[in-house]
Amino acid sequence: MKVKVSHITKIFPSRNKKSKETVTALDDFSFEIPDGKLVGLLGPSGCGKSTMLNVISGLEKPTSGRVYFGEDDVTDLPPEVRGVGLVFQNYALYPHMTVRKNIMFPLENLKGDKKLTKEQMQERVEQAAKLVQITDYMERKPSQMSGGQQQRVAIARALVKLPGILLLDEPLSNLDARLRLQTREELRRIQRETGITTVFVTHDQEEAMSISDMIVVMKEGVLNQVGKPQEIYDDPVNLFVAKFLGTPPINVFRGRLAGGRLMIGSEPVLEAKAAPDREVWIGVRPEGFIPAEDGELTCSFVNVEVMGRDTTVVSTHPDCENASIRSIISSDLKVEPKNGSVKFRLKPHKVHLFDAETEERLRTELLPVGEGREHA
Amino acid sequence: MRKNLKAWLYLLPAILFLGFFMVYPLVDVLVYSFEEGYNSASQTFMGVGLYNYSYVLHDPYFLQAVKNTLILVIITVPVSTGLALLISLGLNSIKKLKELYQTVYFLPYVTNTLAVGLVFMILFKKTPYTDGMVNMLIKLFGGSSVDFIDGPYWAKMFVLCFYTVWIVLPFKILILTSALASVNEDYYKAAKIDGASKWRVFTRITLPMISPMIFYLVITGFIGAFKAYSDAVALFGTNLNAAKMNTIVGYVYDMLYGDSGGYPSYASAAALILFAIVFTITVINLLISKKQVSV
Repeated sequence: MKVKVSHITKIFPSRNKKSKETVTALDDFSFEIPDGKLVGLLGPSGCGKSTMLNVISGLEKPTSGRVYFGEDDVTDLPPEVRGVGLVFQNYALYPHMTVRKNIMFPLENLKGDKKLTKEQMQERVEQAAKLVQITDYMERKPSQMSGGQQQRVAIARALVKLPGILLLDEPLSNLDARLRLQTREELRRIQRETGITTVFVTHDQEEAMSISDMIVVMKEGVLNQVGKPQEIYDDPVNLFVAKFLGTPPINVFRGRLAGGRLMIGSEPVLEAKAAPDREVWIGVRPEGFIPAEDGELTCSFVNVEVMGRDTTVVSTHPDCENASIRSIISSDLKVEPKNGSVKFRLKPHKVHLFDAETEERLRTELLPVGEGREHA
Repeated sequence: MRKNLKAWLYLLPAILFLGFFMVYPLVDVLVYSFEEGYNSASQTFMGVGLYNYSYVLHDPYFLQAVKNTLILVIITVPVSTGLALLISLGLNSIKKLKELYQTVYFLPYVTNTLAVGLVFMILFKKTPYTDGMVNMLIKLFGGSSVDFIDGPYWAKMFVLCFYTVWIVLPFKILILTSALASVNEDYYKAAKIDGASKWRVFTRITLPMISPMIFYLVITGFIGAFKAYSDAVALFGTNLNAAKMNTIVGYVYDMLYGDSGGYPSYASAAALILFAIVFTITVINLLISKKQVSV
């Protein structure tokens, strides 16, 4: 089912009774999720991701704005009639019920013409359990299961009603690193098999990048960017988005545009045609560095980390905001520091410029040094 | 070994203390209960046997006391636990003035038993000058007045039960409100998403989640009600046998110090019978709770 949220604002009253201050968790939030897609709501903790999820599920009412499922306005509907499945961060499995009873619970609540017979219920429970591969544990209590298994039960419980939309709140945060990778794939598989529109909340950009069809990046209740993972990575709208996505993170330099050139310190690193002089933030993706003896950017060499497939060069630069610059280069290329420094040329399409004040993206065309002159 | 020694050393004060003031007297009570014709002044007895038990079990006062105690237990434990649950649910779901209501409900707990007894006397007692508050109300609704303190058995029992429920309620409310508050909010959210009705949420989620606390209250409630004594004194005075409102503990006390007292052997036998009853009921309770409490 298609999900559309339009101009959602959610204001919470202050927790402190004395102060009249309110907290704006979501500020004029609009986006659309196409049918059958897996969407990641991504942002740092406290940015309103979970609130957004709760607004979609109906557990929270927005202060203003509307929520649409398909063509229907569901803003005023209570959660149980919206037909959503929700998986909680801590799974919220009922501890006194067996796995089977946990999964069956939503079915037993169905009323009217949706009511199922005992056999139909059993069948649906079996189907859901099979989908998440927990058929061997049906008579266990949640406390007798590992985190990953509990997670599967929670997903089965959310899916057993055959909801139109599946919502997951930080689905992987309670799992250890290995299980997280595995469950991530599992989530993707379940979503593909069922074709259900799925929204999950995460603060882990890698998680969001790896399995989402679409990412919604948010910060402090404000939508920053919506798009496919690769698009957002390649074309961030502001410095926050650029910094938030990618591991190792983007390398940020203080720099300026001067005389048609992009300067870091006193070194012109790229040509920038017809750009007015100004102070800028320069973001360079780790893969945007090419080690070259005649390179324009000189950095102090720290060390090389060999990962087999590629090599990470760690270096520092006085104008760099990051503690160290991490550049990923092909392992074919040799890096030989001279006098403790290493020189790089920069790939123009891996370099993003941002306004020094607003941190908004500047769409200045960049070219390697030298080429700009020839064209001019 | 050395570690063990240290542990015993730490335990020693408590063991000595408990040994002197609990284990020894308890054993003594057991011994007294089998000593026939024991005289505490001369520390002599005539023989050993079951006569004390037989006497107590044939004493109409004791049988009356057992009957009273059982009625008290059977009525007050379920009623007080049920009421406490209802009130706690109410307290848990209101937002405005929650603290105020919690304090109000907790007040009886910090009030002296005898002071409360006095209040109940004023409410229920019939004197030549006034029929008491409750009777005024009964009359207002067209009933005829009843003497709750010196009147028929059922009326006195009613007051005793009423009083007991009222006095044990605050503690139970305190325990249950905190038990309810400790149930993770996410379970309720999950149940809401799952479309469970309020009643189903209560029976299938809330109740099982707080069931350990409910069983704790039932068990301690049973024990407390079996040991009731001061409540009856507060309402009906010290001559409980005459008022037919004695309890088992009251009977034990009377056998020791009352007007008809001076019989530690009978008192010991009665106390051990009470112990046997409480022990049996508690074991049954625990067995049931093991089956039922599943969290």
